Formats: sequence, structure tokens, C-alpha cells
Amino acid sequence: MDLVLVNLIDGLVTGLLLFMLSSGLTLIFSMMGVLNFAHASFYMLGAYFAYQISKSVGFWPGLLIAPLIVGVLGALVERYGLRRVHKYGHVPELIFTFGLALLIEEIVQFFWGRAQVPFLAPEALNFALFSISGNSIPAYKVFMIFISMAIFIGLLLVLTKSRVGLIIQAALSHPQTVETLGHNVPLIFMGVFGVGTALAGVAGVIAGPVLGTFPGMAIVLGSIVFVTIVVGGLGSLWGALVASLLIGWLTTFAASYNVGMMDVLTGLGFTPPEDLSESLFRDIWSLTLPQVGPILPYLLMVMVLVFRPYGLFGKRDV
Amino acid sequence: MKRASRLSLGVFAALSIAASAASAEAIKIAFIDPLSGPFAATGVNGLHQYEFAAEELVNKAGGVLGGKTFEIVPFDNQTSPKESLIQLQVAIDQGIRFVVQGNSSGVANAITEAVNKHNRRNPDSRVLFLNYSAVDPALTNDKCNFWHFRFDAHADIKMDALTDVIAANDAIKKVYVIGQDYSFGKAVADGATAMLAEKRPDIEIVGNELHPIGKVKDFTPYARKIVASGADAVITGNWGTDMLGLGKAILENGFTGPIFTYYAAADGITAAFGAAGDGSLRLVSEGAINPPASERMSAYVTAFKAKYPDGNVSQPRIANTVEMLAKAIEAAGTADDVVAVGKALEGMKHESIWGGELYMRPEDHQLIQDVHIFKHTKDGVVFDYDNSGYGLVVESTVKNASADIATTCQMERP
Repeated sequence: MDLVLVNLIDGLVTGLLLFMLSSGLTLIFSMMGVLNFAHASFYMLGAYFAYQISKSVGFWPGLLIAPLIVGVLGALVERYGLRRVHKYGHVPELIFTFGLALLIEEIVQFFWGRAQVPFLAPEALNFALFSISGNSIPAYKVFMIFISMAIFIGLLLVLTKSRVGLIIQAALSHPQTVETLGHNVPLIFMGVFGVGTALAGVAGVIAGPVLGTFPGMAIVLGSIVFVTIVVGGLGSLWGALVASLLIGWLTTFAASYNVGMMDVLTGLGFTPPEDLSESLFRDIWSLTLPQVGPILPYLLMVMVLVFRPYGLFGKRDV
Repeated sequence: MKRASRLSLGVFAALSIAASAASAEAIKIAFIDPLSGPFAATGVNGLHQYEFAAEELVNKAGGVLGGKTFEIVPFDNQTSPKESLIQLQVAIDQGIRFVVQGNSSGVANAITEAVNKHNRRNPDSRVLFLNYSAVDPALTNDKCNFWHFRFDAHADIKMDALTDVIAANDAIKKVYVIGQDYSFGKAVADGATAMLAEKRPDIEIVGNELHPIGKVKDFTPYARKIVASGADAVITGNWGTDMLGLGKAILENGFTGPIFTYYAAADGITAAFGAAGDGSLRLVSEGAINPPASERMSAYVTAFKAKYPDGNVSQPRIANTVEMLAKAIEAAGTADDVVAVGKALEGMKHESIWGGELYMRPEDHQLIQDVHIFKHTKDGVVFDYDNSGYGLVVESTVKNASADIATTCQMERP
């Protein structure tokens, strides 16, 4: 049972990491209607920039500077790329971000090579904070939890309490009205895009040392981020949080328990075939939960789309 | 328009003349491996090692057959069996007689089959397939043929050496086996359980599982299971990011026992493990670079690092492949009749640049060689990997490992 607690913590770390990516993406999507395929690429850029900075001045300045650079890059992409493509409609926008993702991957490989780079957690956090029945919890993971929590609370406060947040929320649903009232809506879009990509950059900086910094890191996480925002509901910060945690725990627990299809089916009253290797259904009988774990989030997305197309917290139809 | 086409025709003619002039001098070797995509790092590094070995070991020594040089011609197969067969055909059409490939047994299976078929149908343009890294035992057992030669020790030979070490260690009572969910991962798991049951029946296999290949983002839950199972040692055949992710998660989780691996080194992996892997990571492989076997070997590795500062001599067997091919061509007196070259390779004994004697077993074309268990460490490292200060140092050696291992190969000779 101790393992449950450990898994809860691990799932929380994964979920919060996912949240930092999906929060930016969901804001961008709901505001501009653009599915930003390059979002995970900004996450990768964050990790690589931080690695480069950490080589000369250490991890901590990188945590601050790398997301800033990524955010500025994101804002520039919006200002000089997306905004020009915008008038041609959504499909060109999609293709633009898709191309951007490929471009960023090639650029990363060009500068840092195809192999994994040794981006490591800072020495100060390189110890086991505590352990639960032999399973140690590294201090770095606890640090990850605190950083992402702080970002969530900060984001929530800005969006709901501040004047800027109110204008953003208004621009989400009624951009024309907001513009008529004298607000610079394109500037708001650029700002949101920049902040969203900067958040992805932060996620990259803190995930890089744990999940590895390599040219494929964007692809590995890219699709799951889209699943998260669809499950949570487009444009909803709370939805992104809940969906991220849900998926984090789902994948963690699925990987942890070797429940086999054999147990489930015999539990349901089926009898296993005499000779499994000859049976037509041997693949079904020999499946285990960790093997199907990675597809569970996608299954969840399908279920949500069938039963609640708005997503868990969304107000708009997908 | 007319002038342009005439010009391009002229250029084409000039090029083909130049190409044929070059081919009269050089013996071409097709290198079919991933040069783009997720495994490009391994492929590109392998290509560099081939180019360097050909240049340094053959061409600088005056070539073969009185001055013919080796030329490595790269073909990108993106680790796909289908693409590999296309590239193989292109190589054959270019008149290339020797094909080397290593990454992925799935690709090697496709190539060996295609080569066998091609050679049966086209006796005038036969090719030899020199497999330097694909370790699926089937390639020199059920699927063996005369045209295929394997220069790496196959998975069972490595597992035999690995389980010898585990069996000799009384502190290990519980073992956890984990791997990627495909043919090689399964072969490793089956080999480990069968051989441990035979050598140390008292060892308990506390876990034996396969995880989706290349799909796991975070290995922490697996690491938790391994620690919770009370395992003293872990065996894994993982490679690439799956190896790094699994290894790091296990070590971060406070596991201190040995982790026995096949591929936990080079291509960024050694640097990323760094101090964390010291004392835990073990690796089974042929070809030791620490401690250096000879002056000649030291000079070879130093020269390689001078030419490719970011590269690693991660596949020592590549030098063996090139040297033995050169020797076989010399012995056969021809580079065009691959049957004669193949017959010269069969039963060949060769003193390896990495130390120890190599023997190409005629019955199944499996190279018999010393297999080492390495540890990932900083102490005693003369040649590190990834410029990290860390590298692999020989911990124990099995001389002529599994020289009498059984084979089901029934080879038809031309």
C-alpha cells in the first residue's frame, strides 16, 4: 500500500509537468483557434537553451533566462509568422505550425547533435528528500511540484483577478467588442502566445534533466498534450489542470500494476484456452496493464469526446 | 533548352567516366544503416567508424590486391526493413559486392533473406552481407545462409557470459528482468530466465516484463516496481532513450545493485549517466578499449578521437569486420568473386586489434571472440565516451565465449 502513496506523488509530478505544457496550449487554442503543433517544440527549445546556459553559468540562471528567450521567440513567431498566415484561414496556420515543429527539430539537431545531451539536475537538489519503504523521492521532483503549483496559482490569479486577465478573458470570447473598446487585441494575442510558449519553455527546463534532453523529446510529449487539452476542455485552465493530473495518475498507476488480462478474464468467469500459443485470442489473454498503459489517455479522450464533447470543463464544442 | 540538355548529357557522361575510373581503384562497401530519424546518432557514428577503419587499417597500409582501396558508400535505411531492401537493390545496381549493416535485427533478417534470394537468382552479381551488430540468434541458426557473416557476439552468447558473472556473485538472490516489447527484448528475457535457472536455481526471478518500445515517457513507475520487488540485480536489453530513461529512473529511486545491460554506453548515454551510474551499470560486449590492449590500439583510438572529437569508438567490432574482409579478399586474390571471399572468411583466425583471437566459425558464420563484462566508471578510463571522463572498463572476460554453442544452422554452400 505504500506504493500507492509513491505512485500518487509520481503521478502528480507527471501531471503537473503536463499541465505546464497544456495550460499554454489551451489558452492559445481557445484564443486564436490555432492548434499549435510546434508547442512541444518550444518545450524542447526550453530544455536545450537551459542546457546551454547551465554549461556556463549553472542551472538556476537557466531556469529564468531560457523560458524568457523561448517566450520572446514565441511572440516573434506570432507577430511575424502566424499573424501573416492568419488571414488565409486555419489550414495554412496549421501547416505553418507543423512546418515550424519540423524546422525546430532540425535546428536543434544541427546545433546540438542527434544524441542525448547531458543536461543534469543541479547539485543542490541531487539528493533523496525522503523515502517511503525503500522508494526514494528525489528532492528535484518535489521542486518540480512546487514550481508548477506556483505557476498554476500565479496564472489563475492573473487571469481572474487582474485587469489584464479580464481583458484576455473578454478577448477570448468577444475579440471584436474588446477591440471596439480600444484595446489592442493583436498585442494581447502576441502576449498570450509568448506567455504560453514561455510556460512550455519552463516545462522543458525542469523536465529536461528528468525525462532526458534529446531531439525526439518534443514528439514523445507532443501528442499527449493535445489529448490533455481536449479532455480538459479547450480554453479552460481548471480543465487543463484536472485533465493533466488525471492522465498523469492514469499512466503512472497503469505502469505500476501488473494486472494481466488473464486475471481479469478468469475473474469474469471465462476459462483460458488449453493451449494459449495456438489460440486465436492469445494476444488478448496475455495483455498486461503496463503494456496498454500508453494508450489509456487516448482511450480516455475518445470516451470524453463521445460522452462530453465540450471536454470536462469546457464551454465550447470541439 | 537543347543546349542545356546536351550540357547535362556531357556532365553525366563525364561523371560516369569519373565514377567508373574510381571504381577500378576502389572496392566499394555499402553501409546500410539509419542516417536520419531517431536512431541516426548511432548510425552516423557507425559510419564514421567504418570510414575511419577503412582509411586507417586498409588504405593507409597500401590497400588490398596490390593497391586497391576500400570505399564506404553510405545508404540511409531509416531503420526500416522495407527501405533497407530498396537501398540494397540500389547498392547492387551500383555494382557493390559487400554490404554491411548492424542496427536492428529486423532489418538484418530482411537483408539476409533478400541477399540469399538475389544470389541464387543472379550468380553474376552476388553479394556478401557482413552483419556487424544485429544480434538475433536466429540469424546464425534457423535463418543462416552462406552469404551472411556475423561479427558481433549474438544475444545468447552475451547472456551466457552475463549469467556466468551473476552466478558467481553470491550476493545476488533476486533478479528483475525488464526489456522492450519486441523480438530482441523477448530473446533477452527468455535467455536470462533459462540460463539463470540452469546455473543458479536458487536465484528468484522477481520480475519479468516488457514495456512498450519508445513509448514510455517516464520510467519512474517501473523503477518503483523494481525497488519494491526487492531485486538485487536488474537485467535489461534496452537501448537508446529507453535505456537511459530506465537506468536513470532506477538509480534515482535509490537502487544500488548492479544493472546488467547490453547497450548502456556512448551516443550521449555515458555522459548522461555520469556519476549516477558509477558502481551500478554493467555492460556485456566484445572489444575492450579500457585498459588498452596494445600500442597499436591506443594509436588507433587516439587518431579516431582526433578526427571525430565528438565521436566514440563504440563498436570495436567494426575494425574487426574491415580487417577480416581485407584479409579474406587478399587470401581469395579477388574482390569480385564473393564466393571465394566468403570461403576465405570461413574458418578464418585473426588477431584482433582489441586483443584476443577471432575465429569465424564455418558451420554458422558466427564470429567467436572474447566477451567482456564492463563497468561504467571513472577509474582506469584511458579512453572515455562522450568526452565525459566516464567510460567502460573491463571487469571480467570470457575467453572465446561460447565457442561450442550449439547451432541449428544447416548451410547450403555454393
